[in-house]
Amino acid sequence: MAAGESYPDELSYHPEHDWARFEGDEAVLGVTWYAQDSLGELVHYEPPDEGTSVAKDESYGEVESVKAVSDLISPLSGEVVEVNQKVVDAPETVNDDPYGEGWLIRIRMTNPAEREQLLDAAAYRKLLEEG
Amino acid sequence: MSYLSLTDADREAMLSAIGVGSIEELFRDVPEGVRLRRELELPPALSEAELQRHLGELAARNVDDDVCFLGAGIYDHHVPAVVDAILQRGELLTAYTPYQPEMSQGVLQAIFEYQTAICELTGMDVSNASGYDGTTVAADACYVAKHATGRLRIVVTEATNPQVRQVVKTYAPGFGLEVVEIPHEDGVTDPDRVREAAGDAAAVLFQHPNFFGCLEPAVELAAAANDSGALPVAHVDLVSLGVLEPPGAYGCALAIGEGQSAGNAMSYGGPHYGFLASREDLVRRLPGRIVGETVDVEGERGYVLALQTREQHIRREKATSNITTNQTLLALAGLVHLSLLGPQGLRELGETCLALAAYAKTRLVDAGLELAFPEQHTFKEFAVRTGRDAREALKAARADGIYAGYPLGRDYPGLGDALLVAVTERRTVAEIDRLAEALGS
Amino acid sequence: MKLIFEKSQPGRRGLAVPKPDLPVPELPPEHRRSAPPRLPEVAEPEVLRHFTELSTRNFGIDTGFYPLGSCTMKYNPRINERLVGLPGFAGLHPLVEDDAAQGALELEWDLQEILRELTGLDAVSLQPAAGSQGELTGLMLFHAYFDDRGEGDVRRKVVIPDTAHGTNPASVTMAGYELTPVKTDARGNIDLDDLRGKVDGGTAGLMLTNPSTLGLFDENIEEIASTFHGAGALMYYDGANLNAVCGISRPGDMGFDVVHFNLHKTFSQPHGGGGPGGGPIAVRASLEPYLPVPVVARKGSTFRLDYDRPKTIGRVRAFSGPFGVFVRAYAFMRSYGPALREMSEVAVLNANYLLARLRDAYDVPFDRLCMHEFVLSARSLKREHGITAFDVAKRLMDYGFHPPTVYFPLVVPEALMIEPTETEAKETLDAFVEAMLAIVREASESPELLRGAPHDRPVRRLDEVRAAREPVLRHRFDVTDAAPRESVGATQDDEREIA
Repeated sequence: MAAGESYPDELSYHPEHDWARFEGDEAVLGVTWYAQDSLGELVHYEPPDEGTSVAKDESYGEVESVKAVSDLISPLSGEVVEVNQKVVDAPETVNDDPYGEGWLIRIRMTNPAEREQLLDAAAYRKLLEEG
Repeated sequence: MSYLSLTDADREAMLSAIGVGSIEELFRDVPEGVRLRRELELPPALSEAELQRHLGELAARNVDDDVCFLGAGIYDHHVPAVVDAILQRGELLTAYTPYQPEMSQGVLQAIFEYQTAICELTGMDVSNASGYDGTTVAADACYVAKHATGRLRIVVTEATNPQVRQVVKTYAPGFGLEVVEIPHEDGVTDPDRVREAAGDAAAVLFQHPNFFGCLEPAVELAAAANDSGALPVAHVDLVSLGVLEPPGAYGCALAIGEGQSAGNAMSYGGPHYGFLASREDLVRRLPGRIVGETVDVEGERGYVLALQTREQHIRREKATSNITTNQTLLALAGLVHLSLLGPQGLRELGETCLALAAYAKTRLVDAGLELAFPEQHTFKEFAVRTGRDAREALKAARADGIYAGYPLGRDYPGLGDALLVAVTERRTVAEIDRLAEALGS
Repeated sequence: MKLIFEKSQPGRRGLAVPKPDLPVPELPPEHRRSAPPRLPEVAEPEVLRHFTELSTRNFGIDTGFYPLGSCTMKYNPRINERLVGLPGFAGLHPLVEDDAAQGALELEWDLQEILRELTGLDAVSLQPAAGSQGELTGLMLFHAYFDDRGEGDVRRKVVIPDTAHGTNPASVTMAGYELTPVKTDARGNIDLDDLRGKVDGGTAGLMLTNPSTLGLFDENIEEIASTFHGAGALMYYDGANLNAVCGISRPGDMGFDVVHFNLHKTFSQPHGGGGPGGGPIAVRASLEPYLPVPVVARKGSTFRLDYDRPKTIGRVRAFSGPFGVFVRAYAFMRSYGPALREMSEVAVLNANYLLARLRDAYDVPFDRLCMHEFVLSARSLKREHGITAFDVAKRLMDYGFHPPTVYFPLVVPEALMIEPTETEAKETLDAFVEAMLAIVREASESPELLRGAPHDRPVRRLDEVRAAREPVLRHRFDVTDAAPRESVGATQDDEREIA
């Protein structure tokens, strides 16, 4: 019962189909509707450990469907402060609610200026149309 | 050519449908510079009757009728007739890998049953569908251990089969692994020596019973590995696991081995099958196919390839292995054999081997030979000192129609006079008496 | 259908074991098995019946058409099974002294000579157990070759096209190399512009299947070879598609330095539900010193295993290799003799015939003649009717065919990779075409038939998501509700409606 296609305006987006929501000096990260639709029903989430570092444009973990594996690309650099255990236990949460319950990690940003380089919802939608 | 169905009329019709005038035109994209413009220089074609004659002559030039006391990793066990019958079922023999599960429930369920049998025998939680043989699964285990621990050293006992160690050493450089060997002492391995070396090891690999047929201090070896944070990997004999405690009972992370003793003819070395089983927590790192249970849209139980995201066709350069084709049919043979035996039969098979091997030891000692490792308990194999170059002893025994064993000198210094003698349930008291006579003289 | 474990009853036995009148030595208590393994307790007739029933729930080449692309599902000659069972082969221990194995060693030698002729290369190792192992062995040879020339530290990269079979990149990683991908152009050849900047003194070599997984022969192979050789790099040939070119073009003449064969594809070793296979390699003379050990050597009319190989990469498998596979491959080759080229000609004819008859109904990504296999796309069916390659594959089962390979190669969306092989009759090919065309009609007229397919197999569509989410990878003895609803006697097929 996956969600309908949407790209909320209040989020920022990375071309590798990841989103970020800013909360002070922290950011919550996840994958977009397009990502979960391409992969199909998710069956496994391999998260990073809390306390480890993530780097912009680098992989921080993996999600798997039955037939595919996808690296999770971080839109920002930072330190992992929380992993969403709900998705570890029930990866399909990402398919049902990719922007809400399906968030993947929360980080403390080490280089907040990186947010300028992300796309807004309109630019991300355009990227999908062209791609 | 009787394997081809197309008639001349068929070919004409097909070329016409394609829109070309000849078969040669179908190859027009092949550059002339790489075309072979002569006939292949190959030996002449043989009809089926001629094939049978020619291959029959080749087979007759092999000496397979000496009484076989040769082991060293491959054993002359009885292969039941039902195994042959099942392996010749064309639906199994000629099927491909079960990527389309609705077409392949036979193979998938058989593999699921095989995985269950291997787990039961080894005491482990999960098994794959087979590896190539008993040597390559050791390399597989090292790869698993590297990724599970992040460490780059493998400790292996010298009393492990030499070919297993050779293959591990061939794979190690590409894996970025260093291999350290622990010498045997009186035919077995000292756990303290292992503990010294295992400090930053990814795995400790030992064979049990070992290459000399001796029972290792397996519990202590596994503990030495676990205490150091290394994965204990036991290389075991399926036929022994009706009488010997399995690796899962003494703390091993992986259990591996050569499956040939269960269900496969010796066949000059193959094809056979390697088995690999592990603790639950290592399942996502396992190489090879694994079959899982599920249901169909009507709720009927069925089987599918599971956790395929580990494998090369999905994960590609990050796969747990490049393995694709494995040894399914041979593993299926093993499953059939084990199903016929059942737990009672497997135990009796082990006991028969123990009894006959013990009898052989006694008769050989009576004939004036010395056991190489008299203090050690053994299973179905043991090393005996012949009092001369073991190859000479072998030659003399062959003249009497006995293949007395494997000369250990080529693999172990100081054992040039020793033969490794294997005794399976196919050997009789009379044959053992002949062995003692042949070697005693 | 029940598992054999579910048919177990305490006290049953399927095989008696010889019990000599001798005492059984006691094992020390720490070694003695405490809890018996829960192997099934079943008598012999029920064991035979169980596995026979399993076989009826399976589809092999013996059952019907099996057009899996890049798998070469050709007829497995039954004489080969008889030959493998000859006592002089089946009963021969691999560690007997060479003088006791002259027939086996001569067979290996003769097989090697045939493989040399088919490739135009100089030396062979039969040891690798399967194509993947052949690939890994070949890459280890690359390492040895460059290490010997003092270039091992700089040559770290292997180039692989985006159409490559997944084993190629996996082998690259296992061999400790880095992957350099290269694109495919609009004609289905390696994109030479993309290639140009990617081959230099840091390149160890190329891994390529030719024809590719698209079923297309790379028209620029000579230029590609000189690009790599010009940079001092090596060329590796993945022999998965050799069925297209035996006697037509030799990989050595194409410029390849190392070739692996898939004896279970090109040379009729039965696939056995997933194996065994055989992956021997042939190499140019410059790589011969590094071959796995032992090597089969000949002196006059005597053969032996030579272990004196100071530059060998080592052993990759036990003994000289999977001997039973050699017997079958050798017998297959001897049944053709020099006319082996006909095998490839008919394989290519059969594939082009299917392509010609299906190209209007399906999308064809490349406008060329194919070799022994070709790729169609179901993307129009998806766009117009929501029917995918997956649905087409499942519906073909109802027509009595094994589906082709789907969703590979990755460069073609909704891919269907079809390889008929040379052993199929024209009537079979025509019946397959009719089924494929019927499916296109059904896609627009009754798509629910496709989405619900298969209707006529022992099981319906299986839930692979559930298998991945809650893996059950062995029988759970303690879970009593695991047994299926059992229909007594006939298989469950009788209860299904045939659509």
